[in-house]
Amino acid sequence: MSALRHLTAPLIRENPITLQILGICSALAVTTSLTTAATMCAALTVVLTLSATIISAIRRHIPSSIRLIVQITIISSLVIVIDEFLQAYAFSISQRLSIFVGLIVTNCIVLGRAEAFAVRNPPLPAAFDALGNGLGYSLILLIVGTIREFFGAGTLFGYAVVVTQADGGWFQPLGLMQLAPSAFFIIGLLIWAIRTRWTTQIEAPEHRIGRVSEERS
Amino acid sequence: MDILLAAIFADNLALSFFLGICTFLAVSRRFDTAVGLGLSVIVVQAVTVPVNAAIFNGLLIEGAWAWAGLPEVDLTFLRIIAFIGVIAAIVQILEMTLDRFVPALYRALGIFLPLITVNCAILGGSLFMVERRYDFGESVLWGVGSGIGWALAVVAFAAIRERLRYSDIPDGLQGLGSAFIVTGLMSLAFSAFGGATLP
Repeated sequence: MSALRHLTAPLIRENPITLQILGICSALAVTTSLTTAATMCAALTVVLTLSATIISAIRRHIPSSIRLIVQITIISSLVIVIDEFLQAYAFSISQRLSIFVGLIVTNCIVLGRAEAFAVRNPPLPAAFDALGNGLGYSLILLIVGTIREFFGAGTLFGYAVVVTQADGGWFQPLGLMQLAPSAFFIIGLLIWAIRTRWTTQIEAPEHRIGRVSEERS
Repeated sequence: MDILLAAIFADNLALSFFLGICTFLAVSRRFDTAVGLGLSVIVVQAVTVPVNAAIFNGLLIEGAWAWAGLPEVDLTFLRIIAFIGVIAAIVQILEMTLDRFVPALYRALGIFLPLITVNCAILGGSLFMVERRYDFGESVLWGVGSGIGWALAVVAFAAIRERLRYSDIPDGLQGLGSAFIVTGLMSLAFSAFGGATLP
């Protein structure tokens, strides 16, 4: 059962994006449409799960002084494989994702989970933990992607859901939703919503009890 | 010149491409740490992007090994692993150089330098350089400009956040939530530079 807990905890309660502040960089950039968001989620979840399993499997053989280099090498090899795979089978999507597949290497979730969990746990829990974090990341990405694509273009996965004014319908697309700032706003409001429901996540105000630095880079 | 200005304002790495946001949110609690990290990012970015451009154009690009009788060799797929290695190495060298020659600056930047290796703005800068096919001169400008742009964003954000600490925010928005909203507003402001060109 504890394996299942590793899988479900990161979904909302310990969500990598809204609580652990990991992997935000790519989360915002690829969410202008659901297709790119879903591709990115799949790519990240695969890389995360595989790298956590591999690192956890060889954790006793890595000297701790060079573990970061070993981890980064493993992760970048996996990312290269994914990148080549996308270019071969989904070229147009890989063009739209531009550099962000490559940036999975420096995505803090991958290195963060490897460092925080995989190096001191056996492969199976590590894989579950990684999968859970990947799914938690995907959940946020898909929510943001749905909001941005629907309000920004009136489509979902590229199929028209409501008819826009340009095509004679009533729906006026919100141009702002396709631009960078809207992603920040949506995630900010999402964090607000989550913390209203799960109040234990609320950060204490800084000026009353001094600095609270739970944040990780 | 256009590349430099665009890199600082319109194509700002932090606010338009969301690169380095994790570090951005983590260090912006205090103004002086933000200045320290901003300076280190400028230096590292100005060094790594041109070096990566030289390595990419000299060793990895298709046909780079023609002189060795291997005209079909295309090593571009190795770019990610090569870039991350270069960045880690340069950060390490920079750390040792500063420690030896400018100990005061080393003590000021010390803890931030290792953080930079995993900052996506640095790797992102190099990958954008490849995608936009900048040559060596352009990549120098792009590196310096994007570094300055990132530093500008983080310093401005830290200054806002220092004041924000004293305002009355709803519980759920405390900390991270308000940080996102403020970043969104800043990003909105920076996108106003979008169409600007030199007179």
